[in-house]
Amino acid sequence: MLNRFATLFAAALLCAATLIFTAGFAAAIDVRSAVLRVDYQVQRPISRFDEAPEDLGFAGAALADQDNNSTGSFMGHTYETVRKSAAPDAADAALDEILADGIRLIVIHAREEDVLRLADRAAEEGALVFNARAGDMAMRNEECRANLLHTATSYAQQADAIAQFAIWKKWPRWVLISGSNPDDIALADAYRRAATKFGANIVEERVFEDTGGARRTDSGHVLVQRQLPTFMQNLPEHDVVITADETDYFAAYLTYHLWDPRPVMGSAGLRPVQMHGGHEAYGATQLQTRFEDLAGRYIKDADYNVWIALRAVGEAVTRAETADPDGVKDYLLSDQFELAGFKGQEVTFRDWNGQMRQQVMLYDNRVTVSVSPQEGFLHQNAVQDTLGLDRPESACTAFSN
Amino acid sequence: MKLKALLLTSALALAAGPALAGKAFVTNERGNTITVVDTETWEVIDEFFAGNRPRGITASPDGTKIYVCASDDNLVRVFDSETYEELPSLPSGPDPELFIIEPSGKRLYIANEDDNLVTVTDTDSRTVLAEVPVGVEPEGMGMSPDAKWVVNTSETTNMAHFISTEDYEIKHNVLVDQRPRYAQYTADGTRLFVTSEIGGTVSVMDIAEDGTPTLVEKISFEVPNVQPEWLQPVGAKVTSDGKRLFVALGPSNRVAVVDAQSLEVLDYILVGQRVWQLDFTPDEKYLLTTNGNSNDITVIDVAKEEAVRSIQVGDQPWGVVTIE
Repeated sequence: MLNRFATLFAAALLCAATLIFTAGFAAAIDVRSAVLRVDYQVQRPISRFDEAPEDLGFAGAALADQDNNSTGSFMGHTYETVRKSAAPDAADAALDEILADGIRLIVIHAREEDVLRLADRAAEEGALVFNARAGDMAMRNEECRANLLHTATSYAQQADAIAQFAIWKKWPRWVLISGSNPDDIALADAYRRAATKFGANIVEERVFEDTGGARRTDSGHVLVQRQLPTFMQNLPEHDVVITADETDYFAAYLTYHLWDPRPVMGSAGLRPVQMHGGHEAYGATQLQTRFEDLAGRYIKDADYNVWIALRAVGEAVTRAETADPDGVKDYLLSDQFELAGFKGQEVTFRDWNGQMRQQVMLYDNRVTVSVSPQEGFLHQNAVQDTLGLDRPESACTAFSN
Repeated sequence: MKLKALLLTSALALAAGPALAGKAFVTNERGNTITVVDTETWEVIDEFFAGNRPRGITASPDGTKIYVCASDDNLVRVFDSETYEELPSLPSGPDPELFIIEPSGKRLYIANEDDNLVTVTDTDSRTVLAEVPVGVEPEGMGMSPDAKWVVNTSETTNMAHFISTEDYEIKHNVLVDQRPRYAQYTADGTRLFVTSEIGGTVSVMDIAEDGTPTLVEKISFEVPNVQPEWLQPVGAKVTSDGKRLFVALGPSNRVAVVDAQSLEVLDYILVGQRVWQLDFTPDEKYLLTTNGNSNDITVIDVAKEEAVRSIQVGDQPWGVVTIE
């Protein structure tokens, strides 16, 4: 693979030389960017399939460099992405190193409060930041930042994607089971908002308290199988169980441990994701095989979010011939920008809060069950704007639009 | 001009006895078969196994052989167009999707979507003559009428690569819009059309005498009450008089009719669901469209520029080629 790429690169360089002569392209641009991943002390995931790989997000950056360099080699542009991980208390120092290195295009994989603080620090140096992880609404709304774009989907985009599918299925009666941690509560809010937006009815809500404890036990599933159904007893008539468990401590167990047999969606069962390793439509097979050749594992949302952020940068450099953070941002927010994201439609950015418009995959842990927006949900500007915060409801004032 | 066309039509009408009835071969991507349609009666006359995930399809210039990109078999399968008997396969490189055969029938240029290569295969000796490294996800393949140039589009690099058929070197690269899918020269070789599925446009290039391309315009599409995201240009064909360009618009279920000279979009013809590829009947009287989500093909009357019928074929039709 590496050899082949080297060959391609060499051949391409030759061609690029010809091209510059014949077509008079602008001077070479060497694009340097960075990925900063903040690693938190967290409980293990419920399933070991969900363990975070060491190169989480970084592998997406490697693929983006490879993809960008393919077009770049024909254009006389080069791309290099520095990858750094840091504990939360070392994140600021890590960002300072990146900035001191002269890098002004930075993808951050962190929680909301850290993204906002780091984005503010980056703003002092004129850097553009992409949020590749946090789904929180405030940072896209009243707390939005002019130098912060989001390739991660918001909780509202995720919840709306699920809601549209449930409504399309004519499953409007929901039971909402949420976790008790702040992120779970924020996600549950997004589902309440989605229910109102698309005409679903939350017939009952229950909170599954996080009482801590180990994720792995030698005693296994026996108690879970006895306790969860009783927790789910005596619910009113409902069509579907929606789970809001961003922490990942109960929803995965719920799928088959209900009292009434109903489909589970949200944090378990049918989940809204950006990309998954089983997705093959829209030409995604090639994305998967390129990624797996590089990383030796399946792609995860974090990889996709980093990859598409850096691909967006590459697109700005290719089309607008600039790697300047303001120039990149202006191009990405303009109606000139569009990028193929292997989701069947182009991705673009909302010029009112910097959120990437994108399709959301509905994934059952094996296959793409569906892709939202669903058929029949219309919008006066872009169907993807039926997912998430739309312009009229935006409280973001940092963007001029 | 009109008289000539009239004469030609009547000559064809006289010549077209039942023995000369043409055939259309349609690959069914999911069904792993080829459906054979009689282009006189529009009846399905056969369906046969075509290999795993058949997509691109073409015929030898004499019409005796049908070549199929069997994507999941990593080879080009070959069939007798009379008996449908399978002939020895051709090496294609991994994951062949689309290809183009030169007018002599000797060389086949194949896009290897998963491997960033264009493979050149000799159809007689059944050997690989060359592998040309191109951009990421090569897809569309077009050939200049003088057979001096092969154009490959790469879907992630977003370029049209102009490969010289003399030395298999890339001589020109032209940046086009997102996910370029198909490249089609006019019969006189002075123009090239490249469709961009996600970009929603057709890039138009003027081709100089020495083959050098110049991007002159991008055609875009607009249909009232259809979300612009669904107007996704895929397959394209231009009439041999260079007057009309037909563009399949994917999930919008329409084929655009474009004045190939003024580049004005004249009309949109409603066809089946998720239209992929197009081919004219050899007399250019009809244009056939493969409709992946309605499992049929639509027959468009080229002169009238309207859909005249649809024919049920196999499971998820993708490519189509016609022979006399």
